[in-house]
Amino acid sequence: MGVAAESQRERALALDGLTRRYGERTALAEVTLTLEPGLTLAVLGPNGAGKTTLLRVLATLLRPHAGKVAVLGHRLPAESWAVRGRIGLLAHEPLLYRELTARENLRLHATLHAVPRARVAQLLDAVGLARRADEPLRTLSRGLVQRAAICRMLLADPDLLLLDEPYANLDPGVQAALTPLIGAGAGKTRVLVSHDPAGALREADLVLGLSRGRVSFLGSPSELDDAALRGLYA
Amino acid sequence: MRRPRTLAVVAALLRAQLRLELRTFEALPAMCLFVVTAFVLFHFGLNVDALSGNLASGVLWVTLLLAALLAINRIYVADAEQGGFDAFLLSPAERVALLGAKTAVLLVYLAVLELIALPAFAILLLEPSLWQALPGMLGALALGDLGVAVIGALVGALAVRTQARDLLGPLISLPLLVPVLICAASWSAPLFDYPHAAGVAVRWPAILALYDALFGLIAFALFDFLVED
Repeated sequence: MGVAAESQRERALALDGLTRRYGERTALAEVTLTLEPGLTLAVLGPNGAGKTTLLRVLATLLRPHAGKVAVLGHRLPAESWAVRGRIGLLAHEPLLYRELTARENLRLHATLHAVPRARVAQLLDAVGLARRADEPLRTLSRGLVQRAAICRMLLADPDLLLLDEPYANLDPGVQAALTPLIGAGAGKTRVLVSHDPAGALREADLVLGLSRGRVSFLGSPSELDDAALRGLYA
Repeated sequence: MRRPRTLAVVAALLRAQLRLELRTFEALPAMCLFVVTAFVLFHFGLNVDALSGNLASGVLWVTLLLAALLAINRIYVADAEQGGFDAFLLSPAERVALLGAKTAVLLVYLAVLELIALPAFAILLLEPSLWQALPGMLGALALGDLGVAVIGALVGALAVRTQARDLLGPLISLPLLVPVLICAASWSAPLFDYPHAAGVAVRWPAILALYDALFGLIAFALFDFLVED
């Protein structure tokens, strides 16, 4: 194995010219970055910048159309099978069935990930959902559904968390309670998409700004002054 | 990371889908209502007291296949609309487990449907006794249902990802279901003869079993490509 390949194996993320299109429209163009394990990448940009597409490519749900993508040391899409189960995705949608209860949904996902059922009860307790776990999701508030989605994401104890607005619909007390699970102190590599730049910058080790699918900023949070931050959303 | 056992995943997905159906009643009641209504319409529309032989067999199988289309169009809707597809794809489970689960779901739906459809058919349209035909019919129903379920599970996965799933599902399914219809109806026709005929030609069960096996292999080979980006 060459030196370059060896170093790629050690990185949580290694993107080189990642491009993804939907028909004629380019959603991501030539995105290049690396992220070391255990660090947090904040992805900022206006609506339609390509943030969600980036998360879906990293989650193996979308194929890159050009460029090289390595996640947790494995090339995508060729080695997608090797990283599935090691990636936790918290998307806009909870990815849970509305007519099933939180417990039923999580037990299904426990089977899909070969995780013991005891882990379901443990996580429901951890997010404060145990009391409402046997009610259909459609009857729960958006905040409670978000907690169930966080349980789903954490079931297999993933190494990489892909977080799209993780604190949406959660009140500050709950956010604080969930921080040990999905915050910077969780010891996971994280990619954090947020429309709250101040919050994201507090947690980030590296910031990626996207504009119309292209990289408009890549650097540490300290390099991003107020003017540059406003520019990301221009 | 451990990979889940495929059979355990199939069972878990089947349980989830059946729970969803029991809580929403989106597919089965519509299928049953369609079948009974169709038999009532045939009863009056054909203007005959009772059917037997080829005509009885054809009416039964065409009605069952059209009712099955209602389920084929519905079995992936919750997955597509509520993120079940993505959640499944994020897991390390074998993709073919989803095909297996949806095939099993369709088999359960068809079995329940036939519990309603056969007595209704016997009461409204059938001339010979259903009890006489039933032992022979079980084989035709089993292989016919299997063919419909495999084709439905494959085509449903393709159609649900398009804007025009209600059009595309039947459009692709029906030509693929024609051989199932021919074999199952030809197999059943002598069973519905009045007076009751002696035997069934062996070739129809054999062709139907071969078609089921062939489509099972095609579905197995294609399913990964259908569900992955």
